[in-house]
Amino acid sequence: MYVAVKGGERAIDNAHAWLAEERRGDLSVAEMSIAQIREQLSLAVNRVMAEGSLYDPDLAALAIKQSRGDLIEAIFLIRAYRTTLPRFGATVPVETGEMRCDRRISATFKEAPGGQVLGPTFDYTHRLLDFKLAAEGEPATAPQSEGRTDPTPHITGFLQGEDLIQTEPRDETEPRDITRQPMSYPADRATRAQALARGDEGFVLSLAYSTQRGYAKNHAFVGELRIGLVDVEMEIPELGFSIDIGEVQLTECETVNQFAGSKTEPPQFTRGYGLVFGQTERKAISMALVDRALRWEELGEDFKGAPAQDEEFVLSHCDNIQATGFLEHIKLPHYVDFQSELELVRKMRREAADNAAAQEAAQ
Amino acid sequence: MSLMDDYNFAYLDEQTKRMIRRAILKGLAVPGYQVPFASREMPMPYGWGTGGVQVSAATLTPDDTLKVIDQGADDTTNAVSIRKFFERTAGVATTEETTEASIIQTRHRIPEVDLTEDQVLVYQVPIPEPLRFLEPRETETRKMHSLEEYGLMHVKLYEDISRHGNISTAFAYPVMVNDRYVMDPSPIPKFDNPKMEMAAIQLFGAGREQRIYAVPPWTKVVSLDFEDYPFEASKADHSCELCGSDSSYLDEVILDDAGNRMFVCSDTDYCRSRREAGHQGRLAGETV
Repeated sequence: MYVAVKGGERAIDNAHAWLAEERRGDLSVAEMSIAQIREQLSLAVNRVMAEGSLYDPDLAALAIKQSRGDLIEAIFLIRAYRTTLPRFGATVPVETGEMRCDRRISATFKEAPGGQVLGPTFDYTHRLLDFKLAAEGEPATAPQSEGRTDPTPHITGFLQGEDLIQTEPRDETEPRDITRQPMSYPADRATRAQALARGDEGFVLSLAYSTQRGYAKNHAFVGELRIGLVDVEMEIPELGFSIDIGEVQLTECETVNQFAGSKTEPPQFTRGYGLVFGQTERKAISMALVDRALRWEELGEDFKGAPAQDEEFVLSHCDNIQATGFLEHIKLPHYVDFQSELELVRKMRREAADNAAAQEAAQ
Repeated sequence: MSLMDDYNFAYLDEQTKRMIRRAILKGLAVPGYQVPFASREMPMPYGWGTGGVQVSAATLTPDDTLKVIDQGADDTTNAVSIRKFFERTAGVATTEETTEASIIQTRHRIPEVDLTEDQVLVYQVPIPEPLRFLEPRETETRKMHSLEEYGLMHVKLYEDISRHGNISTAFAYPVMVNDRYVMDPSPIPKFDNPKMEMAAIQLFGAGREQRIYAVPPWTKVVSLDFEDYPFEASKADHSCELCGSDSSYLDEVILDDAGNRMFVCSDTDYCRSRREAGHQGRLAGETV
């Protein structure tokens, strides 16, 4: 007798068992440890922390291991875990001006207080496969110098001293938590920044790229890109003052963009801003460009119909967990819906054939 | 004792459930209105029933009996997965029998047997906004709802008729609720639309889109149509070949590559209970 897709439960259990085996791969090859992933795939770990919006390298490494290296799947694991965590409170805003920078570059000034520090970057590597990595062996140690103790003030601060760049309005209102309140439009800049900071790197990158190619062009100079550690402080109500609770690595990008101004108001540079967990500079630069494009209204520019200017378009599609879930749900059975369309198309084709036959007969 | 002792009853924490219940109550108070809610990131993908799961989680009590169906069937993989989720996180009793369930979570179908006032039907909703395919912007569609500006929808239905001679929507067929809000009934076949005026409470959860809406018992639900092109609840022109029912919604099953096919009830529990009561269709008992 016909039995409709029975055995779903057993199929699921077996699929999971097979998946676990595939994840481990060939048993004669040593298993990766969480520490290995954390130390040697650190940029993947950083991306998972950034888009998972949870700063925990060990958990991110675990998620990467569990997801077989599928980073969106790893981000999903982190997000689902993050949702269940209790909220103790909010930290004091971090002072990126006091960042202990591993990398700090400016494309607008050749030299500036704090200096240009390339840091551990791929930028000037020649992209040639390094076959030495396929062999065993330790890398040569990098030369060391004394740690810099000089302060590293923000580059845009120098422009601000001369009033050449717009001063950002101070906003003391508590930012909304997009994981605890539904999104609504128009959204303020802090809300947009939250969504972009956890948005998909590829999506934000492509949007930023589209602005460079002329879809809402806002020619951006990288005023400054800095990567390093900042202290995280939290006010403890019982103490009445804030204490250090740890440090996080951040990537911050400030772009200097073309000016606003009019006959009455002298021109001033404007800025875009990106801030992302970990060493994630492609994402931070992209975020700064998209942030700037989304500010068209506030800065008195025209809406040119470019995707990167369209807040609702950008924010409702930048989340890769939402996107991948909805995209992949079309794998689920839809046979009830399909059946209803099948019947409708058959009916309409029947009617069309009847009409054609009637017309022919009339002729 | 539930397997996931680290998690609260039905997975969500009590604050979150309270927030969802407030949205549900608001939805019941304003039938058909889409209430924004702070949807959580669930341990299953968006688009796979996270809205329905959150609504069920906020509605379940330890004494409830839960039934989960997808495409009308209890044993489709995602229905199995969601049922298992609640077995693990809430430890509630589950059933495949429609009449035994106090809460039924569904995707794409309304059960064939009439539901009662002791039951709650929870729908999984992909796109809660019925106007979305006509106007992609939420900022615009919210305005259209508040102004009761539904002309665009009627124009769409009219254009369907002028092009195809029929309204070419076969599922997720828009309804007017309580003479006020145009509502997406979720992607149920339009065959199910007339059942929506029912004794049970109907709750709709859209997780990714962060919306909850509701239809209280016996609320007026009218499928949009025109006087000269009245709404018609259609199904395949066959009877079930297992249980013989000629009034249930049917799935078409391809049997071989010679074009042979059979039609069977999409509601597996309905079909099973009819066969147990002795009803027989054309192919009942045969090996095909």
